[in-house]
Amino acid sequence: MTKHEADEGGIAADDASAGTTPVAGPRRAPPEDPLVGFLLRLGDDRLVLGHQLSDLTGHGPIIEEDIATANLALDLIGQASSFLRLAGELEAKGRDEDALAYFRDGVRFRNCLLVEQPNGDFGDTMARQFLFDAYSVLLLDALASSSHVGVAAIAAKALKEDRYHVRHSSEWVVRLGDGTEESHRRVQASLDRLWRFTGELFEIDEMDAGLASRGIRVDHAALKSRWDQMVNEVLARATLTRPADGVMQRGGRLGRHTEHLGHLLATMQSVARAHPGAKW
Amino acid sequence: MSETSWPLWEVFTQGNQGEPFEHAGSLHATDAEHALQNARDVYTRRGEAVNLWVVPSAAIVASAPGDAGPFFDPGNDKPYRHPQFYKVPRGVRVF
Repeated sequence: MTKHEADEGGIAADDASAGTTPVAGPRRAPPEDPLVGFLLRLGDDRLVLGHQLSDLTGHGPIIEEDIATANLALDLIGQASSFLRLAGELEAKGRDEDALAYFRDGVRFRNCLLVEQPNGDFGDTMARQFLFDAYSVLLLDALASSSHVGVAAIAAKALKEDRYHVRHSSEWVVRLGDGTEESHRRVQASLDRLWRFTGELFEIDEMDAGLASRGIRVDHAALKSRWDQMVNEVLARATLTRPADGVMQRGGRLGRHTEHLGHLLATMQSVARAHPGAKW
Repeated sequence: MSETSWPLWEVFTQGNQGEPFEHAGSLHATDAEHALQNARDVYTRRGEAVNLWVVPSAAIVASAPGDAGPFFDPGNDKPYRHPQFYKVPRGVRVF
């Protein structure tokens, strides 16, 4: 990301696995410093989602929404920049946020599977955005009061942005759900398709114990309960049906991604890799 | 851009607390909340405002160009309506 676009901060907590479904064990050990791994999750979620939204620039249904989407993309890429920068500093291997964003391969990315799902139609984009925003705003809220000063500062800044993001995306979900017959049918289908990627957001894994020693505690159960409440409320307003919790897909936090991430990274990283060290 | 039949809204921004709201432009939106969000995204991206008004364009009553004569011309030759004969004390900010 360019520096001038990358002034936003955000923090989120993520973790790994718990939940209702049995989990396959990680295929490789997590990074030695759990905080670095955690920051990569936070940064990668926002980098991938921000990049996807930036792809929509110029394609909005109306110019007002086109600008809104570009705003969201910049916010998220800015937040990613802050998280990845901190990750690079703590890792102390000489990698800055650009190195982490553009010179890591897909198996090293720690984003959740939800954010790498394709933009699809406008309903897909907004359903994905709402499910993530609801999670992100609650997570940032929790992280803003963590005792790790760097994380708390980024989270506090990003929280303001995310409060607007969730307001924007939830209003769209309501309008699409409670709109025409076609918009209702399509956004319901989007929700049904994306629902299996929501379980991963609230997983607990071994990273949590390590994080606690760094002053970061994420209460996944409480987060999930507040997320359920927020999502249920919006879906009710939207006259949409909450999908049943079936088998949840997971693996993004461990580097096992869906087929979409590779294509996304190939596009996103191509310029930086063709011209390493270029300034613009 | 696809065609839209969404209503038109006028946007007013206030740059600082206490300052007058000024017309910033217009946009399309489905309803008031949507208009407020669009106004935020389109007109306040660079910190231009601390408050926003959105008003349905249809609610604005405008003078017609043909009214210009009777409405405004009579004010032109009445200099006594302008407070230009007062000296402004030093220290008073002139807007």
